[in-house]
Amino acid sequence: MKRLENKVAIITGAAGGMGAVEAKMFAKEGAKVLITDVQEEKLKTVVAEIKADGGIADYIVHDVTSEESWKEVAQKAETTFGKIDVLVNNAGILGNVMGPLEDRTVEEFNKVISVNLLGQFIGVKTVVPYMRKLGGGSIINISSVGGITGSSNGTAYTASKGGSRIYTKGAAVELAKDNIRVNSVHPGYVATPMTKDMKGSSDFENGALSITPMGRGAKLEEIAYGVLFLATDESSFITGSELIIDGGLTAL
Amino acid sequence: MKNSENKTMIITGAGMGLGYATAKELASKGINLVLVDYNEKSLADAKAELEKDFPGVKIITVMADVSNEEAVKNYVDEAVKTFGRIDGLYNNAGIEGKQASITEYDVNIFKKVIDINLMGVYYAMRYVIPVMQKQKYGRIVNVASVGGIRGVLNQMPYVASKHAVSGMTKNAALEYGRDGILTNAIAPGAILTPMVAEAFKQVNPADPKAAETEYAQRNPTKRLGQPHEVAKLVAFLLSDDNGYVSGQTIAIDGGESNIYGNV
Repeated sequence: MKRLENKVAIITGAAGGMGAVEAKMFAKEGAKVLITDVQEEKLKTVVAEIKADGGIADYIVHDVTSEESWKEVAQKAETTFGKIDVLVNNAGILGNVMGPLEDRTVEEFNKVISVNLLGQFIGVKTVVPYMRKLGGGSIINISSVGGITGSSNGTAYTASKGGSRIYTKGAAVELAKDNIRVNSVHPGYVATPMTKDMKGSSDFENGALSITPMGRGAKLEEIAYGVLFLATDESSFITGSELIIDGGLTAL
Repeated sequence: MKNSENKTMIITGAGMGLGYATAKELASKGINLVLVDYNEKSLADAKAELEKDFPGVKIITVMADVSNEEAVKNYVDEAVKTFGRIDGLYNNAGIEGKQASITEYDVNIFKKVIDINLMGVYYAMRYVIPVMQKQKYGRIVNVASVGGIRGVLNQMPYVASKHAVSGMTKNAALEYGRDGILTNAIAPGAILTPMVAEAFKQVNPADPKAAETEYAQRNPTKRLGQPHEVAKLVAFLLSDDNGYVSGQTIAIDGGESNIYGNV
């Protein structure tokens, strides 16, 4: 039996990068996957790739900062696939946050918090009634090593990811009685479209890799396998936990 | 799981509880096993059970007191002699010591807890890591505890030793990450092992289940974990699905370490 047989999963931010790899892995493991993003054309491509591989997937254009948009996502999952077992809150932005904190604006800060933290809050809130109806579920919030340690010149991003980490723990404690598990995943350095867009990304990459004990960045699959484990019933007693996938970066 | 055939893993404290549950999980994936325990009978029983359920898997047993450096060296040598390699090490053997306040604690018991829980884990890493370095591949999982994350009333040596396990895990990750060796710890909360089940029988001989239910109320999930649930996490961390998790202490406790008043 496949590891996500008969499960329905929503994955946000799945038009590319980590989310797309997670979606493909989930589908391969038997899940019916509803992928969401703001980039419709890329979503179509990912769905086509999953279907070509024999998987089951659909997509919906989604603004994670909008409660209305989240309602449409949940309704689409239910009408298309019948239920919601798993939510991966993967959508996230770095935002225009790099640089000294006194130069940052309230608008920039709010935008990052809206997508990375508020988006996860609305997502959890939206799917909980669906999961309760099923008698349980698994939610994975994608945070970052930036939610574990501080990093200069990226304070809005780290604030949003730190918020995601502890929001996860509160939700886990509160939802445990409903058999809904909530965990966070904290990737270390992994080359994605998001990190490639960063100003000075090659300096960042070299710096991050030189201090990572494993001496290399993560492959997207190495993050996705952790997310997959938390999505399956194999992790049935794990909730409120943080899975840091960083090649030892935060151990140093 | 991928590539699990022809792999060899060592499990300490393999005779029962979390060690035995993990042995079963790994054997079901076709992994050859070196079972280590100080209790000869439980070791023999574990081997017989596993060989019956998983006839294709090769299993050897080595009796050892993990706090004895020579005994650890011996089980590592036996593993290499039989299988030629060590892909995974599950440092599971450990004891709780007894319950007493700091000022009342028996110093000899304190030292014994440290010898088994801390030095036992250290010796195992000391002798297994060179084998893994040669292979440029290895996965190590050490057993910490929620007591390796938070304090536990009247169990200072246990808490000290389990915090140490978490620290040693970080150092192993730092020092051998470039050799392809990934080292992690797990932090189980209350798990219904045979030892814990026995404790409930003592608390309430007429109705052990009631004692268990009462105890579980402190957990957000209102239940205890099962050994096989812990085994799944260990198996993930020891597998090739884990390519980049290292230096971590991962809680498996139904959320218990995230609430106030966890004593």
